[in-house]
Amino acid sequence: MDLVIEWGQVHALLGENGAGKTTLMNVVYGLVRADGGEIVFDGNPAAIHGPTDAIRLGIGMVHQHFMLIPPLTVAENIILGHETVGPLSTVDVAKARQQVSALANRYRLEVDPAARVANLSVGMQQRVEILKTLYRGARLLIMDEPTAVLTPQEAQGLFEILRSLAKEGKAIIFITHKLGEVIDISDRITVMRHGKVVATTTPRESSPADLARLMVGRPVMLQVDKRPARPGKPVMELQQLVVEDDRRHTAVNGIELEVRSGEIVGIAGVEGNGQNELVEALVGLRQPRSGTILLNGRDVTRTSARTFISLGVGHIPADRHRMGIVMELSIADNLVLATYDRRPFASGIVRQLSAVWSYAKKLIKSFDIRAGSPGQPVGSLSGGNQQKVVAARELGRNPKVLIASQPTRGLDVGSIEFIHKQIVTQRDAGLGVLLVSSELDEVLSLADRVAVMYRGQIVGVLEGKDAERERIGLMMAGAA
Amino acid sequence: MNEATPLTLAALGGVVSERSGVVNIALEGMMLMSAFTGYVVAFQTHNLWLGVLAGVLTGVLIATLHAALSISLMVDQIVSGFVINILALGITGVFFKGFLQEASVAGPGVLPTWEIPLLSKIPVIGPILFIHQPITFAMLLAIVLIQFLLFYTVWGLRTRAVGEHPLAADTVGINVYLVRYVAVILSGGLAGLGGAYFSLQQIGQFLPNMTGGRGFIALAAMIFGKWKPLGAFYACLLFAGAEALSGRIQITGVHIPFQFLGMLPYLLTIIVVAGAMGRAVAPAADGKPYRKA
Repeated sequence: MDLVIEWGQVHALLGENGAGKTTLMNVVYGLVRADGGEIVFDGNPAAIHGPTDAIRLGIGMVHQHFMLIPPLTVAENIILGHETVGPLSTVDVAKARQQVSALANRYRLEVDPAARVANLSVGMQQRVEILKTLYRGARLLIMDEPTAVLTPQEAQGLFEILRSLAKEGKAIIFITHKLGEVIDISDRITVMRHGKVVATTTPRESSPADLARLMVGRPVMLQVDKRPARPGKPVMELQQLVVEDDRRHTAVNGIELEVRSGEIVGIAGVEGNGQNELVEALVGLRQPRSGTILLNGRDVTRTSARTFISLGVGHIPADRHRMGIVMELSIADNLVLATYDRRPFASGIVRQLSAVWSYAKKLIKSFDIRAGSPGQPVGSLSGGNQQKVVAARELGRNPKVLIASQPTRGLDVGSIEFIHKQIVTQRDAGLGVLLVSSELDEVLSLADRVAVMYRGQIVGVLEGKDAERERIGLMMAGAA
Repeated sequence: MNEATPLTLAALGGVVSERSGVVNIALEGMMLMSAFTGYVVAFQTHNLWLGVLAGVLTGVLIATLHAALSISLMVDQIVSGFVINILALGITGVFFKGFLQEASVAGPGVLPTWEIPLLSKIPVIGPILFIHQPITFAMLLAIVLIQFLLFYTVWGLRTRAVGEHPLAADTVGINVYLVRYVAVILSGGLAGLGGAYFSLQQIGQFLPNMTGGRGFIALAAMIFGKWKPLGAFYACLLFAGAEALSGRIQITGVHIPFQFLGMLPYLLTIIVVAGAMGRAVAPAADGKPYRKA
């Protein structure tokens, strides 16, 4: 593939997950070896065999998962590998802090050089990452999905920083799969699909719909097609729910919420504001410290996950590899993970494998899981199809309420469309859905009501039609 | 202080190695092998100093093996350490039976006791700090040195970074493998010196399994000391104190079975690991092999 980046521009690299954006940039940064082709930097062919070569050329990368060392200070993180050296090969901490402060002032990226990275917010950590590249004299900045972990306001702040860097003549490659921000931030856009460049354009010449079509290769529905909800009786009610995290800190702090049948309640919020703990409590995996969970009016607060399952709670977990599927088991076994021990899949202690098999075949068909046979290990499927297995299992047993946490994370647009459609169809059939997602777009397009979570509390509930991006964004940041 | 010498040296070895992300349970085996080779060399050459040197080099050599297995070949670090421990026990046992059992009658003696002029005359702390045999002095120097190296130098910053988040270190151009090799080999050198203590400073003989699990107590001290050189030293003093105490108590005839006092280091470790005294947090990448993409 060919790609030309110019100085002084923000160049967006757009593509679905698995299109090869990150791999390409890892090649440029020297973390992955190219099988062929060449990289030309400043008019000269560049031999990049490792990050050291890339750094020397002036290439800096801000990775999607930050490359910071939490117990070390900001200054230590920034100078690591290019330390300020005093006598006896000691680290000159004072000089390092001074240099970091100077750099931070120059680019208006204020941080406290003496603070420990572990104590910083995600937005601040990203600043540290940017400073790290600038400290190394980066002129080409690669940002890999930089807004994935930011609130809308933090993202705007980042865009300003990137624009001012571009104005200074630096080149920025901005990797993303979010269409809106591409139009916002970039001077040029390159769209990738299956490892190839399918188009290079500018924001002025393109619309989100065009870009989506280029990304996926066919026209896509960007909005979920759904009728207004017709909510029935409450299926799940939370009263003053308090849940602690693994370190015994209060993660969910007195939540009151109800999910009625036939509606989708979205929980918006920046990751790490107690969503995971809330979800785990709502599926019986984590005992709340206090408060009550009612399922169809029945108190289930101190029961087991098994009780939740048998009372009709479905769960699509955020991390499918850790909690959603067992990679080594077959598709069929994964599809009956919650129901393997009851009729018709078992009688007494004996499993009824033929019943499992035909049930699996039925779900594979109705959920459009692309697989050779129900006996195939789930681990051999693509991410999108794995997630369809999880959705098929949870929706296939006709739950009363579905707790869906990041149900489309890491999926391609096609699979996202499919899973959204399934959730809406089941809602229309009377399912109550609690949708937890850090993708605000997903919450806004699916949910009938949006609850915003900040520091373990619901800071507001908005009806679908009142739910404006700006307002939710402010609430996510705790400002409203 | 004497009992604490090999413990501290091994614990420092543990700190250095684990700070870089390599678990080193082979400390025990390293010490035992070093005690053995140190003694053999001293016996043959009639030079205790060459014996000490041989002990250190043996530690270095075995550490290189541990590094190669666990860093390059990515063998599970616990398994690699365990294999080395068993190997050391077997080899030294066989050779002891074969050669040393009869020959050890007239040994090479033990290292001399040094008295630092003037400083040793300071009341109370003088005798504690300044009248010792050489390996104990080396141990005291090593504490200061490792504390300085780990927390004030470029080497230390990089080593700690690699132990916490090797991928992050790699992305800023640090050679993760090199850093880990250096740390593990230094760890072996320290443990080797600790091993030489047993045969050349303490009794002037080699006996089978003479390290008696002190490599493991050292690991406990390392955890107790929260992976810090000074902390590990204090823990070693405590454990060594418990050991010395159990000796004294038997002499005075108080009826506490000595096994109970022998348990003390392990008991304290269990309490610490269980989080009773503020959580001890290991380096985040401790024990995890690093595989380059």
